[in-house]
Amino acid sequence: MNMSKPGRPAFSQFLFCVAFLSLALSAVASAQSGGELRFCLRSEPKTFDPLLVDDDSSLSIRYLTGGVLVRLNRHTQELEPDLAESWKLSKDGKQITFKLRTGVTFSDGSPFSAEDVAFTMQRLMDPALHSSTGDAFRSSSGAVTTKIIALDQIAITFPAPIAGLDRLFDQVAIMSAHSPKKEAAVLGPFMVAEYKAGSSLLLRRNPSYWKKDSQGRRLPYLDSIRLDIQSNRDVEMLRFKRGELDLINVIDSDYFDRLAASSPGLAHDAGASLDSDFMWFNLVASAPIPDYKRAWFRSTNFRRAISEAINRNDLARIVFNGHAQPAVGPVSPANKFWFDSNLKAETYRPDAALNLLQADGFHLQNGALLDKAGNAVEFSIVTNASSKPRERMAVMVQEDLGKLGIKVNVVTLDFPSLIERISQKFNYEAAMLGFRNVDLDPNGQMNIWLSSAENHAWNPQQKAPETAWEAEMDRLMRAQASAADPKKRKESFDRVQEIVAEQVPFIYLVNQNALSAVSSAVQGADPGILSPQTFWNADRITLNQTKRASR
Amino acid sequence: MNRARKLACVVVLVVCAMSLAANWLAPAGYAKQFREAPDAPPSHQHLLGTDEVGRDRFARVLYGTRISLLLAPAAALVSTVLAALVGGLAGYLGGFWLRLARGFTDLFLSLPWLFLLITVRALLPLNVSPLTSVLITFLILGLLGWAASARVLSTSADALRNSDFILQARASGLHGPRLFLIHVLPNLKPVLYAQFWISIPVFILSEANLGILGLGVAEPMPSWGSLLRELEGLISFREEPWRLVPLLLLIVVMTSFQLLLSNEEVTA
Repeated sequence: MNMSKPGRPAFSQFLFCVAFLSLALSAVASAQSGGELRFCLRSEPKTFDPLLVDDDSSLSIRYLTGGVLVRLNRHTQELEPDLAESWKLSKDGKQITFKLRTGVTFSDGSPFSAEDVAFTMQRLMDPALHSSTGDAFRSSSGAVTTKIIALDQIAITFPAPIAGLDRLFDQVAIMSAHSPKKEAAVLGPFMVAEYKAGSSLLLRRNPSYWKKDSQGRRLPYLDSIRLDIQSNRDVEMLRFKRGELDLINVIDSDYFDRLAASSPGLAHDAGASLDSDFMWFNLVASAPIPDYKRAWFRSTNFRRAISEAINRNDLARIVFNGHAQPAVGPVSPANKFWFDSNLKAETYRPDAALNLLQADGFHLQNGALLDKAGNAVEFSIVTNASSKPRERMAVMVQEDLGKLGIKVNVVTLDFPSLIERISQKFNYEAAMLGFRNVDLDPNGQMNIWLSSAENHAWNPQQKAPETAWEAEMDRLMRAQASAADPKKRKESFDRVQEIVAEQVPFIYLVNQNALSAVSSAVQGADPGILSPQTFWNADRITLNQTKRASR
Repeated sequence: MNRARKLACVVVLVVCAMSLAANWLAPAGYAKQFREAPDAPPSHQHLLGTDEVGRDRFARVLYGTRISLLLAPAAALVSTVLAALVGGLAGYLGGFWLRLARGFTDLFLSLPWLFLLITVRALLPLNVSPLTSVLITFLILGLLGWAASARVLSTSADALRNSDFILQARASGLHGPRLFLIHVLPNLKPVLYAQFWISIPVFILSEANLGILGLGVAEPMPSWGSLLRELEGLISFREEPWRLVPLLLLIVVMTSFQLLLSNEEVTA
């Protein structure tokens, strides 16, 4: 027996453990040692005032710098406490009471209290501010009142019930009532440190940010975020490939496939997003289009036939390289709660479409479809010239409808001309556009479905509903907007979705997938379908400096 | 005829013949979508592959060549004739007329054409056939593209006005339109040719740019302009070199046209 040896293995094991631990710790340290995350904004931010935000770039900055009372988890689509520890809605849906977190300070060191919430709400609801965030809270005329119950408790009362009231606070970044720095004093994980107009924006970590991780470490992990202002997507992709950028929040399917082919681990397809592309016919009574065409467009059979004659699977497969899903209706299946699961995407049935048209007196003659009076069925689809996918979809719809003997002229217009035609002059026959939905709640679609609304695209601003089904939609949308019970709201909105499927005022085409690119150096990112797709958990994102250096 | 000109002649003839024989060479046509094979690489069935929606690129190049080779020179002719009338006459007349023409062309060149074209598009009806849209597009280009050429021509005509042979012609009793047509215009021919040939590729590319405003050739009809728009966003040429064919064809055809002209005609 060798008694002198036993200590050695134990010592070497100890050395090994020490080495392993130090390696592990250094790995953790390198992953969480701060660093600068870099990505692009597609345009100049229009404002740094969180209550006036109305554009994508300003939204991103507000998300990264603003502190909110409640936060919608972009992954689970559930509301989570943030600056408010808890909240309570009154039964009539008019009042919400927040219990606030204590010991929280703004980035400039000033304390956060109910006074700041009251100040923010009063400023938000000031009609002179013209805040689009505030518009969501305006259910009827009358003042919004705030009552400070204690420094950590506040009740906000609205003149009329607001459905989904608590979710709206996800968009309200709390401002300081007393700080001389005004909007520069923030409660979010980052604060604006430097802004070079037209070039870049630097956000530094907010040392006063209140959140901590499960180990008690103060968040965010990152030291800073550099946002370069870059509208050219080619340049953005090239810079990402060169390792100069860490994220691309939203990318096109073409770029996605190229990236996936060269670096499969960096391209992320989170599945169907909330965004939808659709087309519709002009049903405006005073529109400068021939009466016989107006009669076609006003026929439900005609609209249904067009819908059934479009091959949505081909649109998703060809135009979006498979990174889109045939659309079902106004709500994407990605919207877990509000989607009506009884509805299915329209299947491609050209024969059934022809039967529907024949039921309305249309008939084929020498390969061309004619109506009862012998007019050849021909119409134009206007769409925006800057969108390649939409141009391609229009060309494919042109071919699909050509098989039914319908002649379609595709007209691409610059966006302002297009908007003028569809919303002011109504000088168009059919239009194809997309809807970028950032709000899960159907209240965000009130301005589309109410017959009196400006965005009721097929026949806007009606003094009284012109059809029975539009009257029913008005009633149902108002009912869901005033009901406090989510189940009742869902019942009403499900019926709205069914009416849309029956009457086809919008012919929904596809829901694009949420595509993004995330560098391998970025750890903790969980790209999702809700905006901001890649950096919604920016306070928990870390950078692996070793991997970044090797890119 | 030197070898280069012979070669250019053959190239132009082959391209013209192929575009005229598009119906036979590419019987599938430019609009048919082979949806089972979008963005396909070249194959026996599709010599240049297919575009994003599965249309045969070879057929589209042939039909697009036919349209662009016919209409871009037609538009160039319109603009050159207008330039000759405005610039040539102003230069010949000189003095007040020259100053007026130059002022007018300067004003014309300084107008924000992008916005005016948007207005023009807004005035056009939506339901126009693709062929009509082609004609409208190139007519607009022809009518709007004369100003730069007119400026060049006015300078050349101004120089001619004071030349010895014009003085001699005047001294011989020749004046007015007869002097312009017999002595001035023929001497402006090299400049006119040069302006004409320069205008063709400019108009082809302008047509591609107009597509962004919705003024280009309407789908599904192809043109060199719309084919060149396919190159937007192409990051690596090495992966899909066949997509460069429309661009190469444009370069080859334009170079051939230049070679077909004599040196005297090109060098103005």
